[in-house]
Amino acid sequence: MNGEGWLAAGTTPGDVDARIARPALAPRFGAGWRIGLSVSLLGVLVLMLTVSVLLTVGVGIWGITRPAYWGFAIANYVWWIGIGMGGTFISTALYLLRQPWRNSLSRYAETMTVFAVCVSGIFPILHLGRPWFFYWLFPYPDTMNVWPQWRSALFWDFCAILAYLLVSVLFWYVSMLPDLATLRDRAAGRMRRVVYGFLALGWQGEAREWQRLEALTRIIAALGVPLVFSVHSMVALDLSEGLLAGWHTTIFPPFFVAGALFSGFAMALVIGVPLRKRFRLEALITERHLDRLAILLLTGGLVVAYCYAAEIFMAYYSMDEYELAVTRFRFTGLYAPVYWAAIVCNVLAIQPLWWARVRRSPRWLFWIGLSVVFGMWCERIMLVLSSEYRPFLPAAWGRFMPTVWDWAMLAGSIGLFMTMLLLFVRWFPVVSMHETRQLAHESAQGSREAQA
Amino acid sequence: MPSLSRIDELRRLLADLRGPALWQQLDQLAEHRALRELVEQQFPHLSRAPAMDRRGFLRFAAAAIGGTGLSACSGPPPERIVPQQRLPETTVPGKPVFYASTLTQAGSGIGVLVETHGNRPTKIEGNPGHPSSLGATGIHAQAAIMDLWDPDRSPMILRGGTEVGAWNGVLAEFAKIRQAGGDGLRLMTPSIASPTLRAQIETLLDELPGARWHRHDAVDLSAAAEGARIAFGQALQPQYRLDRAELIALFDADLLAQGPGHLRHARDFAKRREPPQMNRLYVAEPSPTPSGSLADHRLPIGGERVAELVRLLAAKLGIGDTGAALDPTAERWIAVLAEDLRAAGPAALVAAGPAQPPSVHALVWAINHRLGAVGHTLQFIAAPRQGEPYATLLSDMEDGKVETLLMLDVNPAYDAPQSARFAEALQRIPRSVHSGLYTDETARLSHWHIPLAHALECWSDAEAHDGSASLQQPMIAPLYGARPAHEILAALLGDPRPQARDIVQAHWRQRLGDAGFDTRWHDSLRQGLIEGTAAATLRPALRELDLQWPPPLPGPVLEIRPDPTLWDGRQANNAWLQELPKPIALNTWGNLAWVGARLAQQYDIENGDVLRLSTNGASIEIAALVLPGQAQDSLTVHLGHGRRAAGRIASDVGVDVAALRPADGAWRSGPLTIEKTGERRILARVQTQDGMEGREPVRRATLAEYRQHDGALVEDETPQHSFYDANPPQTREPGKPAWGMSVDLNACLGCMNCTIACQSENNIPTVGREQVDLGRAMHWIRVDRYFEGPAETPEILSQPVPCMHCEHAPCELVCPVGATVHDDEGLNVQVYNRCVGTRFCGNNCPYSVRRFNFLQYADRDTESLRGGRNPDVTVRSRGVMEKCSFCIQRISAARIQAENEGREIGDGEVVTACQSACPTQAITFGNIADKDSAVSKKKASPRNYDLLAELNTRPRTSYLARLRNPNPALETNGEDQA
Repeated sequence: MNGEGWLAAGTTPGDVDARIARPALAPRFGAGWRIGLSVSLLGVLVLMLTVSVLLTVGVGIWGITRPAYWGFAIANYVWWIGIGMGGTFISTALYLLRQPWRNSLSRYAETMTVFAVCVSGIFPILHLGRPWFFYWLFPYPDTMNVWPQWRSALFWDFCAILAYLLVSVLFWYVSMLPDLATLRDRAAGRMRRVVYGFLALGWQGEAREWQRLEALTRIIAALGVPLVFSVHSMVALDLSEGLLAGWHTTIFPPFFVAGALFSGFAMALVIGVPLRKRFRLEALITERHLDRLAILLLTGGLVVAYCYAAEIFMAYYSMDEYELAVTRFRFTGLYAPVYWAAIVCNVLAIQPLWWARVRRSPRWLFWIGLSVVFGMWCERIMLVLSSEYRPFLPAAWGRFMPTVWDWAMLAGSIGLFMTMLLLFVRWFPVVSMHETRQLAHESAQGSREAQA
Repeated sequence: MPSLSRIDELRRLLADLRGPALWQQLDQLAEHRALRELVEQQFPHLSRAPAMDRRGFLRFAAAAIGGTGLSACSGPPPERIVPQQRLPETTVPGKPVFYASTLTQAGSGIGVLVETHGNRPTKIEGNPGHPSSLGATGIHAQAAIMDLWDPDRSPMILRGGTEVGAWNGVLAEFAKIRQAGGDGLRLMTPSIASPTLRAQIETLLDELPGARWHRHDAVDLSAAAEGARIAFGQALQPQYRLDRAELIALFDADLLAQGPGHLRHARDFAKRREPPQMNRLYVAEPSPTPSGSLADHRLPIGGERVAELVRLLAAKLGIGDTGAALDPTAERWIAVLAEDLRAAGPAALVAAGPAQPPSVHALVWAINHRLGAVGHTLQFIAAPRQGEPYATLLSDMEDGKVETLLMLDVNPAYDAPQSARFAEALQRIPRSVHSGLYTDETARLSHWHIPLAHALECWSDAEAHDGSASLQQPMIAPLYGARPAHEILAALLGDPRPQARDIVQAHWRQRLGDAGFDTRWHDSLRQGLIEGTAAATLRPALRELDLQWPPPLPGPVLEIRPDPTLWDGRQANNAWLQELPKPIALNTWGNLAWVGARLAQQYDIENGDVLRLSTNGASIEIAALVLPGQAQDSLTVHLGHGRRAAGRIASDVGVDVAALRPADGAWRSGPLTIEKTGERRILARVQTQDGMEGREPVRRATLAEYRQHDGALVEDETPQHSFYDANPPQTREPGKPAWGMSVDLNACLGCMNCTIACQSENNIPTVGREQVDLGRAMHWIRVDRYFEGPAETPEILSQPVPCMHCEHAPCELVCPVGATVHDDEGLNVQVYNRCVGTRFCGNNCPYSVRRFNFLQYADRDTESLRGGRNPDVTVRSRGVMEKCSFCIQRISAARIQAENEGREIGDGEVVTACQSACPTQAITFGNIADKDSAVSKKKASPRNYDLLAELNTRPRTSYLARLRNPNPALETNGEDQA
């Protein structure tokens, strides 16, 4: 592995540790963090209130109705889990591909994944009419000998999320072990030493441990990569297994995977850029890193744009009256503003990324990333609703209009995600110390060799 | 005394003890002989009570808890009631017993079979032997179950509107009335269908010569009889024989869905409309009605202009002169109709509706007479004597001529024309007694209120539209100690312990004679009809007509009509009726002003705009619905809404339009001022899209095309090629029945009887106005309605949509927990307790027939509502999906019976609730594996087609395409081309 040139010149392994561990071990954190946390906690309160009302009264508090039986809950779920995908791709696929530059990004990207998957997981459960029976989707040995219905995409989706959550958490935690040990060793107070020590699972830094860590990481990464593709393909089948025009298409699995990676990369930028600035990580997450991320984002965006075009093309190519109608409804129907917002945010807004200067500008990238994150949410809403609200029989046409509880649930989920993220950046290393150390080491070695 | 000595003995035992020793000694003391003797003596019942062990306690507790339920139910009525003939007379627990009885609506009786479970009436079925029913039921009859169990019914006798009164107090008042010889006594009733009650009133009028009887119908149906008085010199009731009519012209008359005999009319009409022979229907009406929706030629025209239309028609047929000029479309329409009528001769039938004045009816009778139709398609029977008009009563009340007013089953303080004036006059009367099902607006203003027994709670009788009488028997003792009208009248005449059954029986004993009476009485109860009581048809002679035609009201006219579901509002507290979509317009919960497209354009009215309608100095504010097919010169509003004191369901739903009614109770008023207030309201419609959007869920053809066709009339779009076996083995089990349904769109009126029958049969909850507006109505069989063509004169197409029970059911594929599966008879069944509510099945149903319990819709807390539920159908909880089951409980019942008797289930043995309620028999259900079954024969028709066949769902429910039989003369250059 050649990690040369991925860190600022002259960054030594010692610098890395100091720079990353210092904030986590600092006795205080800025006022900005406290304010951010307060706002996020407010979001969590909103979420708790919404969930309480939801469990007491029923899913009827949302705007879902006949014929739009699915609404924000499903769209939000698809959106959040898509965001997670980007992180997994960075931390696992690029790991297996031996891309050294991922080392600076993997920790926070993986963190983003774990939290996004956690947040996404609450939606399909609370979406149920009787959420307390969600475990009926799981094939457990029931005394009545009842099993799930294996042909339903929802069952496999349930399995896919579960597997994905397990693998993500494992990968995230395992790769954090040496860093937790470093924090343990550097921590000043006894309390912190005990907590970090407990979390580090007795990591001593022996060669034997490093070797096992490496092997385990590789295995989990190998498991994680197919999951990136399978989970979102499964999510796509939740829709494309349906008969509805606009859902019933074979392009959905790759389309959804592309969309997921796209929104994930965007979210990685939206989180990464402020982190980099706040933690003064410019030496570790350089403009070259940003450039790479931006290229990934642009690539993802182009694939997504292609899928949009392909959907329209296929509708006209098939001349199926229902497909044509759905395409028309997307352009001009009730949810047309959502459709056009998705086009603007996901297709047009990323075009500046063709310029290298934009790709290296944190400010530009932050805003483009934010636009894509928003645009992808619109796209999820559009995909779910534009097919549902006008089904085959015109007599059954209806509409979905979000209620205050729909918005509260969305805001609450963002609050929960931000809360988890803020707590993490306060107490844990936001960049993988041991991997970046390795990068610094290789970099130093490289320059020594060059001198020699 | 010995007990004292024992106490002393016990005291001694304890005398020297202190502290813990004392407590220990107390235990021993409890076992001491002296104490036991003392206790035995003092409290004998305690000493003998056996020690209660844990099991014993639980047993008693269980019995006590179980026992509490017993007292909550009413038992059977004290008199012997007789089950319907074909069922065993003994009650088998768990099996329903059907009783033949009669329900009355709009002054006319409909024979019904009441399904009871353990003496609880749960469902109304039509009585196939009754001339007004022939097995079908109307929406009001279906809703009777909900009325009976309504928790808001009046629970007790009230005095002064609020105080609890006693029956003895009422009797004392009645005694005073009798002493006064009935002077100043006025009796106010609706039109009475019960011959016994009419006879009682006649007796009362004889015995109390000072008394007078007034008739008050909020919806006055007497115009036809009054028209006959003009034309023939006597009040006669028309009998429309649609079974004999080839050509029918209806002028503002919804013969097929409203008024006496409408179920019979619909059946007779549909029988004559089965291709290749079809009758032809012309309808001219202001608002689209079920009758109008089946018309071959429908002319939207204001109710005020119908008189001119009829005059023109009469003139074309050589009777009288024409009125004001009509527009060319209408002129041409009438010219073609006149030709057609002349050609049809006695096979033609012309009818006008109750909204038209007697003069129009008189002219219509003359037209029929000229065509030779009287005696053939139109017959007359004598109209029974009813009370004097209400108008004289109101003026007498105001003049202080009324001492006592007895109001039986009327609510004039709400529904009379100028109800406010009546309410004021009522409060000035020295003594007012009201009897009704509810403590309604009138009850609250009366000195006395007596709860009236519901028709399912008391003995009575009623005449059908053709005069045949049938008995009404109680299924259950009155739930709230309510009294039948017969007993109230008898008490007024001095009978201290009146019994309704004795009164009814005495009346019939007198009419039928003593000989063999008991047998006839029992037969009548079993059959639900008293044989030989149909009224004799008369052959009245037509008089010279000298009709007066007042000048028509100018400008947009307000049509004030009975509500299609609530009628005059007496059933307004019935949530089923409130939530039942109005036929054609499909709005629920409240009334709307129906506005035609052109008028809407003129006043810039959109759906939901609140209009201020003013006429004669009064005004109301009501939301508008722009309704295709509504006449351009009229607005239609409906009675029965805006109740102020009706109970939890109806109060403050809709708008009371009484203020705009003319004082004479006419059905229209004008000139009308229309203003927009700028406010907007929700409409709570169950369908918001009017057109078919080029998708053709309803297939149509003309009779000519049908006759010319070669093979199938409708192309089968089911994909014929498949990777798989075309009929996978799981969808057709050999040797098992394969259930299927056929819906004949040529016979569907869109009357909604199927929807409410299904609601009653399957315990379908109501959801309320806001939820309906969101699209969450729960009806398992909905009636889709499409308007095709121009908004002024659209074709109106109704299509009932139950679950299709697809053989390749898309819902089953996507359920992750297997809560919706196929059974071995091809039913797509929903397993409620397995459903977790992912709702994917709902999304994936191309027919959108699945219904979801978004909230806890079923009322689990109201005790009385439990009584009316079908015990064979689960009450669903929140969070589960539900849908039409093809009445699986009825299939099960038939299967059990067939298996017990060791045979197959016969054709026609399983009748679904929608099928049995349908007046035109548009729905056929049965085993499609049996090629000779009725449903298989229907499906073999060239008109047969599957809905959305191209999706390859292979639905078990299929449709028969709709046919029209237009007159070519109007088709080529008539209004249909406009």
